[in-house]
Amino acid sequence: MRITCPFCGERELGEFTYLGDAKPVRPVAGASEGEVFDYVYLRDNIAGVMSENWYHGGGCRAWLKVTRNTLTHEISAVEPAAGVGAAKVGA
Amino acid sequence: MAGNQKNRLTSGGLIDRSASLNFRFDGKSFSGFQGDTLASALVASGVKLVGRSFKYHRPRGILTASSEEPNALVELRTGARREPNTKATTAELYEGLEAASQNRWPSLRHDVMSVNQLFAPIFVAGFYYKTFMWPAKFWEAIYEPAIRRAAGLGRAAGTADPDHYDKAWAHCDVLIAGSGPAGLAAALGAGRSGARVILCEEDFTAGGRLLSDGGMIDGLPAADWLSRTLAELAAMPDVRIMTRTTLFGVYDGGTYGAIERVNDHLPVPPEHQVRQRLWRIVAKRSIVAAGAIERPIVFAGNDTPGVMMASAMRTYVTRYAATPAKRVALFTNNEDGWRTVETALGAGLQIAAVVDARPDVSPAHRSLASKNGFTVLHGSVSGVDGGKDGVRKISVSLTGGARAEVEADGLAISGGWNPTVGLTSYHRGRPKWRDDIAAFVPDGAPPGMVAAGAANGAFGLGACLREGFEAGTMAARDTGRTGNAGSTPVADDEIFSLAPLWHVAGKGKAFVDQQHDVTASDIELAQREGFESVEHLKRYTTLGMATDQGKTSNVAGLAIMAAVSGRTIPETGTTIYRPPYVPVAIGAFAGHHRDETFHATRLTPSHHWAAEQGAIFVDTGLWKRAQWYPRAGEKDWLESVTREVKAVRSGVGFCDVSTLGKIDVHGPDAGAFLDRVYINTFSSLAVGKARYGLMLREDGIVYDDGTTSRLAEDHYFLTATTAKAGLVMQHLEFCRQVLFPELDVQLTSVSDQWAQFSIAGPKTRDLLKEIVDPAEDLSNEGFPFMGAREVALRGGIRARLFRISFSGEMAFEISVPARYGEAMARNLMLAGRQFGVTPYGTEALGVMRIEKGHIAGPELSGTTTAADLGLGKMMSTKKDFIGRVMAGREALVAPDRQVVVGIKATDKARRLRSGAHIIPKGQTPGPGNDQGYITSVCFSPTLDQWIGLALVQRGRERIGEIVHAHDPLRGEDYDVELCNPVFYDPDGGRQRG
Repeated sequence: MRITCPFCGERELGEFTYLGDAKPVRPVAGASEGEVFDYVYLRDNIAGVMSENWYHGGGCRAWLKVTRNTLTHEISAVEPAAGVGAAKVGA
Repeated sequence: MAGNQKNRLTSGGLIDRSASLNFRFDGKSFSGFQGDTLASALVASGVKLVGRSFKYHRPRGILTASSEEPNALVELRTGARREPNTKATTAELYEGLEAASQNRWPSLRHDVMSVNQLFAPIFVAGFYYKTFMWPAKFWEAIYEPAIRRAAGLGRAAGTADPDHYDKAWAHCDVLIAGSGPAGLAAALGAGRSGARVILCEEDFTAGGRLLSDGGMIDGLPAADWLSRTLAELAAMPDVRIMTRTTLFGVYDGGTYGAIERVNDHLPVPPEHQVRQRLWRIVAKRSIVAAGAIERPIVFAGNDTPGVMMASAMRTYVTRYAATPAKRVALFTNNEDGWRTVETALGAGLQIAAVVDARPDVSPAHRSLASKNGFTVLHGSVSGVDGGKDGVRKISVSLTGGARAEVEADGLAISGGWNPTVGLTSYHRGRPKWRDDIAAFVPDGAPPGMVAAGAANGAFGLGACLREGFEAGTMAARDTGRTGNAGSTPVADDEIFSLAPLWHVAGKGKAFVDQQHDVTASDIELAQREGFESVEHLKRYTTLGMATDQGKTSNVAGLAIMAAVSGRTIPETGTTIYRPPYVPVAIGAFAGHHRDETFHATRLTPSHHWAAEQGAIFVDTGLWKRAQWYPRAGEKDWLESVTREVKAVRSGVGFCDVSTLGKIDVHGPDAGAFLDRVYINTFSSLAVGKARYGLMLREDGIVYDDGTTSRLAEDHYFLTATTAKAGLVMQHLEFCRQVLFPELDVQLTSVSDQWAQFSIAGPKTRDLLKEIVDPAEDLSNEGFPFMGAREVALRGGIRARLFRISFSGEMAFEISVPARYGEAMARNLMLAGRQFGVTPYGTEALGVMRIEKGHIAGPELSGTTTAADLGLGKMMSTKKDFIGRVMAGREALVAPDRQVVVGIKATDKARRLRSGAHIIPKGQTPGPGNDQGYITSVCFSPTLDQWIGLALVQRGRERIGEIVHAHDPLRGEDYDVELCNPVFYDPDGGRQRG
């Protein structure tokens, strides 16, 4: 499998580390135990197109949001995580 | 010249008669020529019997001339280089080659186990499941070892492989598998268009079937066209032809696996060269021009030595000038088989008869027969009379019911051709059936791949060239290469005529899968017993599961299944195709990653100095760390470590701790960021101060710990444990980039940039004064406990100095740029001589941390909470942080959790060992009363006895209680006392002094 890092270009799978489903959003401070439990433990496991977190540890150390078809391994989009660069969200 | 090449033609062939090569097979001397395979040299020497079959130990010969060979498997080479199950048909001959036949005892000709044939009824399909069912315990003890001895293939070398293997990457626009007419035409089309082309050919010579079947291309004899084409391709700088290289797998994203047998054709690889190289090739487009494999027809005795594929016979005669028989019979169901007649006649061989299963043959063939005095029989071969010395006589069932016999010493068979659909099907593709050629052809392919030529079901020479050229040109266009491709090579197409025939009924064993000894009746039995699905058929009979992966047998097997189950072949379907296409040595996958180079090795900045001191090193992840520094006269490690601990506690010592993970955290929100990743607060930390921090996972379990210092308002320096250094960086980047993108903070890994030393002991300050610029105030007031700041060293180098202590002593950690690390170690020794400075290793480090009750890896076990470690009070209640909510779950705050506590044996002389279970005193150990276990132990020179840390239920409430340590692994049982985990200087006066 090959992933096109937005910073480094097309690179081999071995440079990346997989984390998993990128959909869950960390609850804000003060969220209930139930909400945090869902965030920590509940994951979709889709046979099809998924949005996933991947880490380019063997390259630029960017966290990437990779849209991948889990049946074909076809990657249709790779976006950098919101906080990758120097420009901060909302700054 | 050893041996007698009695079956070698005096001229012709692609062999070098001036380069004679001697070799041995089963200890007997033979000779061949450069350009031979082991198989062709054996054919030339008149050897027909080359092996014994897997189950029945039947005599077997050479069936094919290529990598699909099921029978002619040998042990190649000797000693540590002995390689079992090597195909004689692809092993190149070299001077001094040694090969041995397999699966026979005491000798190939007199094999005791051939008695298995008499017991054949018990070896039918599924015999493992039926015959050895009872009693169950006999399976492991008796049946399996006996079966494995009797049924098997070659023997592995049994010792380490002395050769080297390599792994490499290659990138191209167009990757081509196969150098037959289709592959070469594809290379021409792509190469002329300007594409970067890699062509893989598993043979050692390019040309594919052109080498055996010839033909006319662009008005030239095939051999001339071949050399012209290879010269044109060689002149293209971006076209690379890799012979001896098999494309074996197709992976995601246009990645392909190929194995290059770099030096398998030599007795021993030249110095500094690898034996084989595993290629991972990334290609934008690929063309499978891997050709087709001629398929056998299944009939009784079809495994007799001397029965050979018709195309293989042409290869031996034309390419190797070696004649497998003197009087050849041909059994064919198609036009192509007849080419063998022409080849044999051309070499001066006799044709005994042609048995053609088709209703009619052409007038041209009839006149050929009458001119050369052989008969054409309409019907099928139904039996073979022969044995280990080869074929003697062939029984023929004639159309209409009559029978005939033909005397011959060789039988060529042709059942048609199966396109090589493996590569196109490796992404779970299923080939489709084409009635017109009675064969499976690719039905689509992985992205970017097309099949061309015979691999695509186009069997004519002209069609191969046209399809290959078009595929090559189109692939180049797809990658943006639009140069002038010129015109396609032109050749005529041969007549295609085939009457499907898979199995001829007859008396005796008719083999489908010769390597696994699966017969037609096994398939019929499987069907009767309900194993009709091809996937069941395969596993029940083991059809196609041998090292040849059923290249010559799968389609015939499922055709027979189709017939007996009353379905069509496409209804019956194929099994799933999986790589590798040919067996690939594990050594090739490992490459250089073995032994000392199994993984990368990281050396600390002071490593070479430590080695000079005679340090004993321990592997810690990728690192080599000095474990202790033995001195002359010390009888064991314990004596050395005890000395080191005492030296530190009474004077001064130092230890390289550069392996810690080190991260610079910069930015206006650096403090806020650390507040979210640590359970305690860092935004309130004063500049110039250090603080111990604990991180949780989001599920509330402790992740890592370490000291983080604030060097400036917007600059923190964070340390992580050696084991988690990389993972903590990854985790923090995740927090920064994904969870908290709004924070203005940057992380820089500086683990390799700083050499860090712990300097500990009451004389630490004296030693530091010799190193640090005298202007720096190191007094308790000027540099108090948990102080952290940059200082100048004598000589002007800037260092980071931290007054932190893992040992419990008055201690500092000092960081200098990594390039000064070794000099720092030497200077500490030099400057510290007057104070008796002692370098100490990780063992002494560990002893002192246990004496001080500090937690480390064994306690940060991935199951412990902050409270379990006695650090619950560190958890801030005023802020959100990773893991906060989940850490509050009922089970994680339960009062009966196992928590860290100190232990010491009631018998002061007893040695403790970690891993022992803690059981209440007086109870019989069992899972019901297992209350925890010992995590860390050491001999404490300070207390003069073994001490340890343990995780024990309600441990902190039970200080003073005597409990039982139960160690069933080592057979030890003893009592220990639960105690305060801080054995040494509990009020911390020494580290603050």
